[in-house]
Amino acid sequence: MVIDNMLYNLGRYVTLLRSSVARPEKFSMYYKETMRQMDAIGVGSVFIVLLISVFIGMVTAVQFADQLGDSFVPSYYIGYIVRDITIIEMAPTITCLVLAGKVGSNLAAEIGGMRQKEHIDAMEIMGVNTAAYLIMPKIIAAVVVIPMLVAISAFVSIIGGYISTVVPGTISHTEYVLGLRSFFVPRYVFMMFVKAAVFAFLLTSVSCYMGYYVKGGSIELGQASTNAVVVSDVLILVFDFLIALLLT
Amino acid sequence: MIRTQDITKSFGENEVLKGITTEFYDGKPNLIIGSSGAGKTVLLKLLVGLFKPTSGKVFYDDVDLFSLDDEAIREVRMKVGMLFQGNALFDSMTVGENIRFPMDMFTKKTAGEKAKRVDECLEMVNMEGVNDRFPSEVSGGMQKRVGIARAMVLEPKYLFCDEPNSGLDPKTSILIDELICDLTYKNNITTVINTHDMNSVMGIGDNIVLLKDGHLVWQGDKSQVLETDKEVLQDFIFASPFLRRLREDALKQRHAHD
Repeated sequence: MVIDNMLYNLGRYVTLLRSSVARPEKFSMYYKETMRQMDAIGVGSVFIVLLISVFIGMVTAVQFADQLGDSFVPSYYIGYIVRDITIIEMAPTITCLVLAGKVGSNLAAEIGGMRQKEHIDAMEIMGVNTAAYLIMPKIIAAVVVIPMLVAISAFVSIIGGYISTVVPGTISHTEYVLGLRSFFVPRYVFMMFVKAAVFAFLLTSVSCYMGYYVKGGSIELGQASTNAVVVSDVLILVFDFLIALLLT
Repeated sequence: MIRTQDITKSFGENEVLKGITTEFYDGKPNLIIGSSGAGKTVLLKLLVGLFKPTSGKVFYDDVDLFSLDDEAIREVRMKVGMLFQGNALFDSMTVGENIRFPMDMFTKKTAGEKAKRVDECLEMVNMEGVNDRFPSEVSGGMQKRVGIARAMVLEPKYLFCDEPNSGLDPKTSILIDELICDLTYKNNITTVINTHDMNSVMGIGDNIVLLKDGHLVWQGDKSQVLETDKEVLQDFIFASPFLRRLREDALKQRHAHD
């Protein structure tokens, strides 16, 4: 029964995505909608991303400083560890998990609300390909903007690490910067962007899917919104592992 | 003209429509009536292609709607306007933007031409000067009229109205009926109205289709409603003792006049 349900949803999700890849009725309308979504997803999420990232960087640095306290490992390693763990894991994964909660639930509620108020039916009657018009601009916007947010997150996390270790005097400025410059592997940055793009696609498409097929009233809309976050989060973690396997 | 041929529609085990064969005529208000759960909304949504029939066909001027691919169905739909029960106006857009949306999506008109057409449509429904208001800032009756204006903006060949009088007072209901009627006659469009408002039936019912439990049980026009002895129709239309008395009086007067 559970497997039947999963396969049914997977099939419907793929079918929806297939219908959303279509020639726009009018390019300018899709462009305008994509820009609006970039603003909502990107600019609207900057503050929460900055806040979370600075704390992640601070906590990571403080924890490693404590772990390395009395060992023979040079203290500049703190900068190196904060940089790598941020780029490889923290920035893309934590940012996208948070965005699944903020953006994902918002998208599911927005599209689900449109379904319930018959806005989607109204557009269909007008001849609009609603799968394309309502979903594709959101996916494109997210895939463009979320990697930018992740890059900002990585940068801010590293600054957070600096604030929590250099400012109190745990390590010196020179040591932290030396750590940041040591053993740099450019491939990790590539991996960060791959993760960010894949997670952005997942969290947007899954959330739109949950909203698009919502039925019933406000309770079902709430459930769709919750499911959007839960399923997106699980898929982000699964794909995090798969990408790590493939690119490491 | 729109024609249905032996339409059935089931949701799981529940068969909602049971072999509906009928016609909806050009240039006339065609009414689908029936009690709640009779299958009116399902039939209306089937006619516009929002639902697919379990079996049977829907013809738009001899073109079988469900034999077309999605792209061709969308082209047919561009000749369709629909007024929804809840209006389905986009909350985040102003009245003017709501009416302009189909033109933005499908036409290459200039901003000036679009603005002119929006004004024309608002004038058509007696709503001049409300372009910049949001749907939440106008009354229920005005929202219905904005919905009609949006449905008419691309000059449709077919107009569908799902319970246009729901939630309106009797006077506003009559105004909405008259408006839909005028637009139908003036533009020679095929209008299909789903209603259980008796004023509408007796006022604008040029072609009335009565559904009961998914069956088409009667079809005729408003002049036949008083005369017919069809029990199922009388039970539905003249449901209260007051309305039954009115019918008897009307019939007596008519016979005395004859």
